[in-house]
Amino acid sequence: MSNSDVPDVDVPDFDVVVVGAGPAGSAAALELARAGRSVCLLERGPYPGSKNMYGGVIYGRVLDSLIPNWWEEAPIQRWVTRRSTMLMTGNQALTVDYRSNTWGEAPYNGATAFRPDFDAWLAAKAEAAGAVLICSTTATGLLRDGQRVVGVRTDRPDGDLTARVVICCDGVNSFLAKEAGLYPPSDPANYTLGVKETIALPREVIDERFAVRGNHGVDIEILGCTGKVPGGGFLYTNAESLAVGLVLSLPELAKCGRRPEEILAELKSHPAIAPLIEGGEVKEYSAHMIPEAGYKMMPELIGDGILVAGDAAAMCLAAGIWLEGVNFAIGSGAAAGQAAARAVQRRDTSTAGLGDYRRRLEANFVMTDHRKLKDAPHLVMSDLAQQQLPRIACGVMEQLFTVTNPEPKPGLRKIIRSQMKLNNLKLRDAISQGVKALRTYG
Amino acid sequence: MSTDAYPEISFESRMSSVEFRVSEQAHITVDGKKCADCSTRGCITACPANLFVPTADGGILFNYELCFECGTCYMVCNEEGAITWSYPEGGHGVVFHSS
Repeated sequence: MSNSDVPDVDVPDFDVVVVGAGPAGSAAALELARAGRSVCLLERGPYPGSKNMYGGVIYGRVLDSLIPNWWEEAPIQRWVTRRSTMLMTGNQALTVDYRSNTWGEAPYNGATAFRPDFDAWLAAKAEAAGAVLICSTTATGLLRDGQRVVGVRTDRPDGDLTARVVICCDGVNSFLAKEAGLYPPSDPANYTLGVKETIALPREVIDERFAVRGNHGVDIEILGCTGKVPGGGFLYTNAESLAVGLVLSLPELAKCGRRPEEILAELKSHPAIAPLIEGGEVKEYSAHMIPEAGYKMMPELIGDGILVAGDAAAMCLAAGIWLEGVNFAIGSGAAAGQAAARAVQRRDTSTAGLGDYRRRLEANFVMTDHRKLKDAPHLVMSDLAQQQLPRIACGVMEQLFTVTNPEPKPGLRKIIRSQMKLNNLKLRDAISQGVKALRTYG
Repeated sequence: MSTDAYPEISFESRMSSVEFRVSEQAHITVDGKKCADCSTRGCITACPANLFVPTADGGILFNYELCFECGTCYMVCNEEGAITWSYPEGGHGVVFHSS
């Protein structure tokens, strides 16, 4: 380590310093170590994953090429074999529930997991490949030689670490990417707050209530449960606990006068949710900020001697029917690691020399999905999706299935029209939003 | 919706489910003068750990100790730079286990 103010860039401590041992950072470090580069993986928590929480499902396909047969060893809670989407109002709920037992067999689809377990497991993979994992150490700033990033400053005594490339996987707040000038000023409208309760319940009770067996589990995504604040809710099964939580738009939450745990208490008391969580004890409460706006809020991903990946690069995909993040973190982190390894080998870690990172992201799902779904976060947070859609959908169901004998049955078209009118939705607006949705998801 | 049906836990027991390895050093500082002029005070509503509390004299009392380190407070802060926020020193702050 260097004590001087101008670090010796000719002989850096490591080829690459990766800041943050979450899924992005560990994937980057794993790729670098495998490519034979010296890599330091810095983590500010006492262990990888100790600062991390999420809204529930890890989609593992991205791991297939990194860790063959990862499912035989990854510390997962349950494999998701039931994926439900619930539209709710104060006392109604319409659920689309899909079950696939194929998802409960190798190679699986999605899993629930505790992030402290999962992230520590992935970091250990990087360590086993040769990365140097240093925990309980906060990166407090960048070391620079002119404009060029040449390492990080840490809060350890004599804690400067020099490197040819710094990969920022330091999460949604990414002070390092901001310090590097890769972000424009933050707009709170691009962010949401996630809050979650992990609720302990016996395994048999969960199996019965959610109609699953063995290590199969359920993920329910909920729309219409956040009052006037745009957002959504979720409920999913762990092995011996449930997780119930909310995602809330920051500016509206700040203005609404209701605290996050109050809105969460309302979801927990909803007639469709209360019986599922009844009798459970809160094992852990957690909160985290989410980069909600995806493609449109992404920073510059590459600078001179620096790359940004994972939540630090707003790689979280909040696209309504697809809610993913850990897989995008791993995908972007791995691409950053590969690009950095190549740049170090070619002795050009300038912005141009690291340009391979962008090409790799464009060539796989990470940027392709994000670009295609760039309008989705906004659509999901629109008044139509948030307020009108749940009410109209539940209202139509209520009218459709309420038997009104001796009155004859109303036609479906009449029911839909009356519900749209009741909720102030004009046909013109419904069509234009519908076309937008088709364009985005189609 | 009524919240009577579910025996909601108190905020104190909610927070006691979380491990915090509290640092001696505060990672949040608040400029009370700016807060006194602030009309929106989004931090009071939005902070999931309820760390910002209005005082009788129009200021804001805050506590850094039981912080989730989410960043919501500085993000919703309307007064330029009233909240200065960084990560706690390494190894300290919130430690999740079952999230």
